Order: sequence, then structure tokens, then C-alpha cells
Amino acid sequence: MSAPVLGAVAGIDTGDTAWMLVATALVLMMTPALGLFYAGLVRSKNTLNTFMMSAGAIAVAAVTWAAIGYSLAFDGDGSLVGGLGHAFLNGVDLAPREGTTIPELVFFCFQATFCIITVALISGAVVERMRFGAFLVFAALWSVLVYAVLAHWAFGGGWLQAGGTLDFAGGIPVEMGSGFSALAAALVVGARRDYGRQALLPHNAMYVLLGAGLLWFGWFGFNGGSGFSTGDPSVLAFTNTLLCPACTLLVWFALDLARGRKVTAIGAATAIIVGCVAITPAGGFISPGWAMALGALAALPSYAVIVWRTRTRVDETLDVLAAHGTAGLFGILFIGFFAEAAWNGVSDGLLYGNAAQLGHQALAVLVTPAYAFVVTFVLLKLVSLAMPLRVDERQEAVGMDVTQHGEEAYVTGEGAILISTEAGEEMARPVADVG
Amino acid sequence: MKLVIGIVRPEKANDVLESLYRADVRGISISRVQGHGGELERVETYRGTTVQMGLSDKVRFEIAVSDDFVEPTVAALCEGGRTGEVGDGKIFVLPLEQAVRIRTGDVDTGAVTPVDK
Repeated sequence: MSAPVLGAVAGIDTGDTAWMLVATALVLMMTPALGLFYAGLVRSKNTLNTFMMSAGAIAVAAVTWAAIGYSLAFDGDGSLVGGLGHAFLNGVDLAPREGTTIPELVFFCFQATFCIITVALISGAVVERMRFGAFLVFAALWSVLVYAVLAHWAFGGGWLQAGGTLDFAGGIPVEMGSGFSALAAALVVGARRDYGRQALLPHNAMYVLLGAGLLWFGWFGFNGGSGFSTGDPSVLAFTNTLLCPACTLLVWFALDLARGRKVTAIGAATAIIVGCVAITPAGGFISPGWAMALGALAALPSYAVIVWRTRTRVDETLDVLAAHGTAGLFGILFIGFFAEAAWNGVSDGLLYGNAAQLGHQALAVLVTPAYAFVVTFVLLKLVSLAMPLRVDERQEAVGMDVTQHGEEAYVTGEGAILISTEAGEEMARPVADVG
Repeated sequence: MKLVIGIVRPEKANDVLESLYRADVRGISISRVQGHGGELERVETYRGTTVQMGLSDKVRFEIAVSDDFVEPTVAALCEGGRTGEVGDGKIFVLPLEQAVRIRTGDVDTGAVTPVDK
């Protein structure tokens, strides 16, 4: 027999598969988009390093996910963690993933992109001082010990999902997982040396806006693909991904106006993220009307956390906790009140007569942050025993781009002397010798 | 009346500003410049092309001061700008023929003295 042909395998739906292939590509694009968003928020001397944290997350998490993460998350329905049956992609092939109409390989890729962006998100807490190598080591361990475990709890048949907790697209592993891990990472790595002494301003607001826009675009694949089909939940989540962040934007404008008398662009970029995060867990479970309410309300706690955090000594640099942890937590809880079986076909929330759903959601909100925070804290402490987590004071002052990567984002080339090129050493001559 | 020019590392520019303010030196212009002062050159690689960066980014302070303020200004530049490594920069003190405050027409020492003093 020849290898099975896609579509000829029983149980595969070509329409669903086509959409999921596109959705996977959309979600992968979110990680470079995040790199752009983060790079704009840091100082110009750290532009490349900040983006490279996201590139590094793709490199590391894709490999760990294939090696073991996917198996721990999605092999079997053990209570705390999955099995090792799918380690190194064992048995992951063109046959449909159980409970879906798409090949398991597509399912694997789609879930891989989630693991990747979650690892990249945490970098926001430690940019401008954490060593690149140490971050990669941390990323590899975190993607397995925290992400894969939380993904199993929420999506893979683990105890939260089995107990009735609803999480459509990753409020638990992605948003709360990254947000509360980010807080732990910021505490272990420590504040930037200039933090609290100098104004540390975003160096390129346009990168921030462009990155946020691309993230929203990609989020249609993130939420719209989390039904693993072109069916009703995907359409509902897709619609809610448009409406919810729009309402967050409007409320954020109002909050900015009330606080500083001006609507800010970087505030708008932040609001887009907060709105997308809030609808992530709830997208396929609540009506479009409640999604709009969620967007509007989710602005409030995230805005408050940003205002509060910047007054503390905690240098959680790019506010992953506020944007992801807080809004993700809010979205998870919101399901408990406003889930509507008439829309989702699964469960009602408190408002529609099912108080138990709120209990399931509250449980996730208690255990997820605790697990993410504690394991990340311990993990980074252990990594710090093996290698320094941060660059030294002089390197931090000079900038991460030059000291970590030997490149600069905005190099002019003036005064640069050619040492070697692809044409070979013998071609090299000082540029000043020309003429 | 002198013109004090201090060329310092960009990453020390904020420290220099801090120590200048602490020394009560106001009235400062800064510009970003590139220079070479004997420090070790950085080697950078861009897709197979390796280059030696002969010029480093520096920040140039220009401060016009009355004679009494020359020493405190120079001291503040040194204190804020020093790391001890090659490449900390230079300070030049030049005689200044005339200074005019455009708003009031004040000249010389009057022009280089902050108004609230």
C-alpha cells in the first residue's frame, strides 16, 4: 500500500483541514508580530535582541513541542499530564486527530504555534537585560514543564477540562500561563539597572502599532481555529475576535482621556492586545453581544494593573501580567457568568441558570496562576545555578544588540571597515582605501 | 566665559545630565555624534560580511558658562561620564567671545546665567 492520501483517510474533512492550515500559519505569524510589538516598546539599543527573543521562541519551542511537549499535552487523558506515546511525533500522522476532522499533523502544528507564542510572550518580562542563551535554556524547559502541562489541563483531557472548566483558545495555558510566569521571571531576573532612575521609553511607536495590528490579524486564526473546523464555534469565535477588541479600544480611549486628557497610540496598541486576550478563552462560548460587553469590561482591570505596576519596583517590563495574565483571567471568569448553551451547545453560565460553571472557571483562576508562578520561579532559580541569567552592568548599558548579537538595528555603516566578505578574505580591504 | 564641550558615551549621557543638574549647571545643548578615541573597535557581522566599526556613537554636550562655573562643569562631566574603560570621551574648554540670550538681548555672563539665579 502506498502512503495514505489526504482526504482519502476516513473522517478527514477537506474544508476543515484547509482552514486549519491557514489558521496555523496565521498563529505562527503572531510570534514575529509580537517581536515587532515588543521591539518597538524597548530602547533602540535593544531592538534586535528583543525581536530575537521571539525568533528564539520559535526555534526552541517548535523542537521541544515535537520532541515531548505535544505528547505531554495531548497523549491520553491522564489527570495531571499526558503520556509519552506521541514523543518525537510517534504516531502523529495523516489520520484524523480524535474528536476532530483534521489530520493529527495539522492539529500538532496548530498547537505548536500556541506553545511558541506563549514562550515568546514571557520574554516581555525580561527584555533589555536577560542573556539570550539563558533565555533559550529557560524557554526549552518552560515550554515542557509549564506550557505542556497547562495545555493538558485545559485542552488535552486533563483534570480542569474533565472537571468542566471551559477554555476555548487558551486563557489558561497561553494567557494566564504567560502572564503569571512573566511576573515570576521579572522577580527572579530583577529590574533593569536604569529602572526607576531614568525614563525608559518606547523607541518606535509605529513598530508597536504595526505589531499589534498583525497580532489582531493573526488572532483570527488563533481563536477562529480553536474549533478545529469551519463549524459554528469557529464562526462565533471569529466574530467575537472582531467585536471584543473593538470595544476594549473604545473603553481604553475613554480611560486615557479621563486620566491624561489625551488618547494615546501605544495605549491603543495595548488595548487591542487586551481585547484579543479577553476573548481568547470565551470566544466560542458567549454571544457576540456579551463578547462586546467583555471587551469593554476587560479594559478596566488591565488598565488598573498597568497603572499600579509602573508605580512598583517590579520591572515586569512590557506588562505581560496586565495584558495577558489579567485579561485572560477576566475572560475565563466571564465564561462562568455569561456562557450560553444556545450559542455554544456545551454549557450555560450563572446568568443562564448554571452556577456550577462559575465554580469550574473560578477553580482554573486559582490554580493556573499558582502553578505558572511557582514552577517558573523555581525553574529560573535552577537555571541561574547553571548560568548567569543577566548580562553585566556594562553590557546592559551599551545595549543587548551589540553585546549579545554583534549587530545593531540602526547601523549607518559610517566608519565601518570591511574585514571579510562572502567573496573571501583576499578581497578584503579597508573601504577608506578606495580612491 | 568659556564654552565647555564634553564628548561622552551615550549610555552615560543620563548620568552626565544628572551630575550637571546637581552642580547647578543649566543651559545645555546635546547632539549625537560619532567618533573615534582609541577604544577597541567592535566587530559586527551582517550576513557574511564582517566589519570593524571604527566609529562609536557618542553624545556631545555643549555648555556655555561663566568663569566660576568652568570647574564645577568639568567636574560634573567627569563624574557622570567616567567608567574607567578606554572610550569615556574628552572635555574641551574653549574661550568664548560673546553670548547673547535671544529673548532679552542679555549678553555674556548675563546670557549664560540661568534666569532664576
